Amino acid sequence: MAKVWIVVQHRDGKLHRMSREAVAAGQALAAALGGRGEAVLLGSGVDAVAAALAGYDLDAVHVADAPALADYTPGGYAGVLAAAVAAHGPSHLVFAHTYQSVEYMARLAHDVGGSLVPEIVSFEGDSEGIVWTRPVLGGKLTARVRATGPSPVLVSVQSGSFAADDAVAGSAEPCPLDASAAAVDREILGVEAAAEGEQIDLTAAEIIVAVGRGVGGADKMGAVEELAKALGAEIGASRPVIDGGWLERDRQIGSSGQTVAPKLYVALGISGAIQHLVGMKGSGTIVAINKDAGAPIFGVARYGIAGDLHEVVPELTAAILAAKEAAG
Amino acid sequence: MRIAVCVKQVPDTEGRLRLAADGRWIDDEELQMVVNESDEYALEEALQIAERTGGEVVVFGLGPARVAEALRKCLALGAARAVHLLDDAFAGGDAMSTGRALAAAVAREEFDLVLTGSQSDDDGFGATGSVVAACLGWPHAWLVMGVEIEDGGTAKVTREMESGMNEVLRLRLPAVLEIQAGINNPRYASLKGIMQAKRKEIAAVAAADLGLDPGAVGAAGATLEVLSVAFPAAVGGAQMLEGDAATAAKALAEALQKEVGVI
Repeated sequence: MAKVWIVVQHRDGKLHRMSREAVAAGQALAAALGGRGEAVLLGSGVDAVAAALAGYDLDAVHVADAPALADYTPGGYAGVLAAAVAAHGPSHLVFAHTYQSVEYMARLAHDVGGSLVPEIVSFEGDSEGIVWTRPVLGGKLTARVRATGPSPVLVSVQSGSFAADDAVAGSAEPCPLDASAAAVDREILGVEAAAEGEQIDLTAAEIIVAVGRGVGGADKMGAVEELAKALGAEIGASRPVIDGGWLERDRQIGSSGQTVAPKLYVALGISGAIQHLVGMKGSGTIVAINKDAGAPIFGVARYGIAGDLHEVVPELTAAILAAKEAAG
Repeated sequence: MRIAVCVKQVPDTEGRLRLAADGRWIDDEELQMVVNESDEYALEEALQIAERTGGEVVVFGLGPARVAEALRKCLALGAARAVHLLDDAFAGGDAMSTGRALAAAVAREEFDLVLTGSQSDDDGFGATGSVVAACLGWPHAWLVMGVEIEDGGTAKVTREMESGMNEVLRLRLPAVLEIQAGINNPRYASLKGIMQAKRKEIAAVAAADLGLDPGAVGAAGATLEVLSVAFPAAVGGAQMLEGDAATAAKALAEALQKEVGVI
């Protein structure tokens, strides 16, 4: 008998955006397996979050509420969930694919002797069960996979794969979950900004010219800066550019950087790994220039040029300046 | 500080990819094999910690004979020796079975830290280090962007969160740290390092040497099976502007002016 648990993440009394997507995914999975889904909430003083979850169409909202769970720790969460899995026997645990859940879900999968399918973007049922789809090779390919190990199956749902608005409203009864197995294994010392000094707020930019690994190096940025100037754009970047030290970390766009939605997003030499796409795919018009015509970035772009950005960008700058001059 | 570093050899996929004949992976015959990016950062962090605290870095890798090249590169960068988990039984593993095998190999020695990359560039499970930690019963942290070894058997660890924020936490050692790309600036191998690496030990170990049941490792111990891979369907898909650089750029500028209205 299928029993789908949706393990949610929250902050400041509110459900994490991706957990609302996970609720939608978990409900859809439960429906495919002939059930309704149950939410699992861990924390301390989380009545408001429990109340929000009680407004969804679920069989139950399991709430582990204890001081030891006030801060997320892998040992606290995995300990409580392992005991809960043993007591209640869910067939599936659905998580949002976040920096929090991914940290402990593999450990939990090991501790409960279950199966692990991280970062799913969709699923379909067939006669043998569920086939999951997940990106591999940085999103250059998608893989169809099946869980082959024992139950429960732990899956994490990539951002934007399911719509939070598709989560079905209804009513569910909160019920207490034993939190005594929490085994806190770290001391939280604080939270700080990843970048030093004054931060550039790319979220306010109307136009962004973003560069990726394909730009080739810090010394190749001149033509990009010219283009940004011609467009009146801010410059952003994907992760490899930041890691390579070509631009400062506060220019990073993507899951570990800023999430932006400008009117125009010009992606130069960015292949379009999912970690980047989640940070910019809400942009109004996306333009991509990349030498690989098969790059995933062209899947979200409205206009694309398959070519060498070092040849195209100076031509584009010149064409934009000429168009501006003609327009007066 | 004695530090184990687990590295994975992955295909360099910068170029155009072709699917393998069975449709379950890419054809990597002609692709260059490299050390996984975040694992390079993990090795660099381990070398820096060992240089600061004294100690030794031992690198672990699992996979076919060609993985010795990746291990040799790590030796050239400064690791003291390498352990190669080399056995047909290890093939086709996922994070669960590979993590279990790596943990068994690491557990044969005494270490204060195990460092891994946060995620492989091919499978991208982001889980192997967590499984190693679970098997060893050690605390762990994923997406580590800073490590400071403290007196008293603890480490202060900076961990990446969403939205440009980091969390700072303290872990008791021994621990597993899954290092995020960008934490440091990995060094290049020196000629001297490359020469020295030729004399360093790469010890091959098989599943039986680790006391592991063949059914618990590789494909047999995996909890996930890849049925097929495909290039993602272009959702909507871009209107591609053709012609030489000047022609395509001019067409794009016109589109931005007329249809998007940003010029």
